[in-house]
Amino acid sequence: MLEVNQLTKTFGTKTAVDSVSFKVERPIMIGIIGRSGAGKSTLLRMLNRLSDASEGTITYDGKDVTSRTGAAKRSWQSECAMIFQQFNLVPRMDVVSNVLHGTLNSRSTLATMFNLYPQSDIHKAIEILDRLGIAQQAAQRAEALSGGQQQRVAIARALMQDPQIILADEPIASLDPMNAQIVMEALRTIHEEDGRTVIANLHTLDTARRYCDRVIGMRDGRVVFDGTPEQLTTGAARDIYGADASFSEESTSTSIETLDTAAARAIREAEAVV
Amino acid sequence: MADTTTGQSLGAERTTEIQDAYMAMTRTKRMYGGIMLIVFIALMVSGFMLADSRNAGGFWDGILNIFNFPGEVLKEAGEKITLLPALMVKFFPSLVETINIAAASTLIGGLLAIVLSLLSTRGLARFPRLIGVFRRLMDILRAIPEIVVALVLIFVLGGGPVPAMIAIALHTAGALGKLFSEINENASLKPLEGLESTGATWSQRMLLGVVPQVAPNWLSYALLRFEINIRASAILGFVGSGGIGYDLKNAFSWGQGRYDEVAAIFILLFLTIVFFDQLSSHYRNKLVGKA
Repeated sequence: MLEVNQLTKTFGTKTAVDSVSFKVERPIMIGIIGRSGAGKSTLLRMLNRLSDASEGTITYDGKDVTSRTGAAKRSWQSECAMIFQQFNLVPRMDVVSNVLHGTLNSRSTLATMFNLYPQSDIHKAIEILDRLGIAQQAAQRAEALSGGQQQRVAIARALMQDPQIILADEPIASLDPMNAQIVMEALRTIHEEDGRTVIANLHTLDTARRYCDRVIGMRDGRVVFDGTPEQLTTGAARDIYGADASFSEESTSTSIETLDTAAARAIREAEAVV
Repeated sequence: MADTTTGQSLGAERTTEIQDAYMAMTRTKRMYGGIMLIVFIALMVSGFMLADSRNAGGFWDGILNIFNFPGEVLKEAGEKITLLPALMVKFFPSLVETINIAAASTLIGGLLAIVLSLLSTRGLARFPRLIGVFRRLMDILRAIPEIVVALVLIFVLGGGPVPAMIAIALHTAGALGKLFSEINENASLKPLEGLESTGATWSQRMLLGVVPQVAPNWLSYALLRFEINIRASAILGFVGSGGIGYDLKNAFSWGQGRYDEVAAIFILLFLTIVFFDQLSSHYRNKLVGKA
């Protein structure tokens, strides 16, 4: 299916992404982890063709994606939806309009200017919103929603594109633990029920472990780990983050379950000292 | 979707309700949009017909002649194309005079605009009760056409560049003051609070707290105004303030035979505007720090 070969991106003298290669054979959920500046976002932006690759190729179903321009490039972008950390919705437009933006690739500018979306599309948009549990907010402005709701609108926009691949760039980094869980479970369900490939940049290890079938670790633009969550030992994680022995997974965790175990252990340790 | 985490799904019935409600809303919006479009087109067409029927010459008869004059100018300039460089050199000193008028008036008007804008921005004003007064003052400065001010001043002070400079500076103060004040509104008040906590005076707070935040945007509007003022000072040459406008008027009133001069002056003005546009974007980028 998706094949990334020696993909490289340089900004001036700095190499943000350095000869990254990986293959995705069947629809799975992939988590990309690594510390800030490891090139995760740049990689995702290149996959969506938001930015051009300096070297290397991306192929999908045997067809080259990297060399596409104009309408062919936009058609690829409609097949490979993107979800952003800051949601990137149009704040002053209502929720359904924002979701309908997912169909822009197949509509003319004039029709979208006068808001002439077909009734079937509007119905479908509201069904998707219902699936994500925010149909009630359909007529509200996007800016009036909470962060977690806005991110679900962004996911609905992605689903409206009916994409093969969903790219999520730090989808839960701006959310509280409860909303983070809702958004991650929504992405997981979309992968399981619709059979779409999900590639998500994640900044916490435990999220990647919990939701992903495969984890890719990046450090300084290079892939330093590629395997299943089970293969991701603490040693491998220390290598990805360039951390020393004081590194602990719980300390970066934002999930609600881990908080319990960490707190419980802290209490045990405290008791032991006493 | 029946899972428990995202599953505040409302069921098919409620979803249909929401769909219908949203469709009804969309239909109303579209209807209003359609009505507005029809009214707009009807007003435009009827207004045009009325204006055309009252027009002395008639729009449709005149429109065909619209290219006659530029055609004549271009034809004559084309015939005497070898003379153009010499003419451009000849008119260069009056161009410098025009640019001088524009530069002086932009500078003086801009400084006045800074004071007026700070005095008329909510949250920054020295005398909050007088905000309205300063705003009306700027309205007056903008409302009076600069050519009227220039004519009055030329009558009082005699012809020359000074009346033109004062006239343009007054208009610039009003126009830039309003734009500057809108920029000031977006400035963060937190640095001001910080300075106030150290016991700084109002002018110190403005100078050190507001100006660094807004200077790049001020500069960019001031440079745009400078371009507009070059054109304005060329126009004021027509009423006797000297500069390249005076030469343009002379060349025009001679009519055929001097169109090469008209062409040379237009080329000079165009090159000047291009030059200052490039210069201003260069310095603006430098100030914003994009290099």
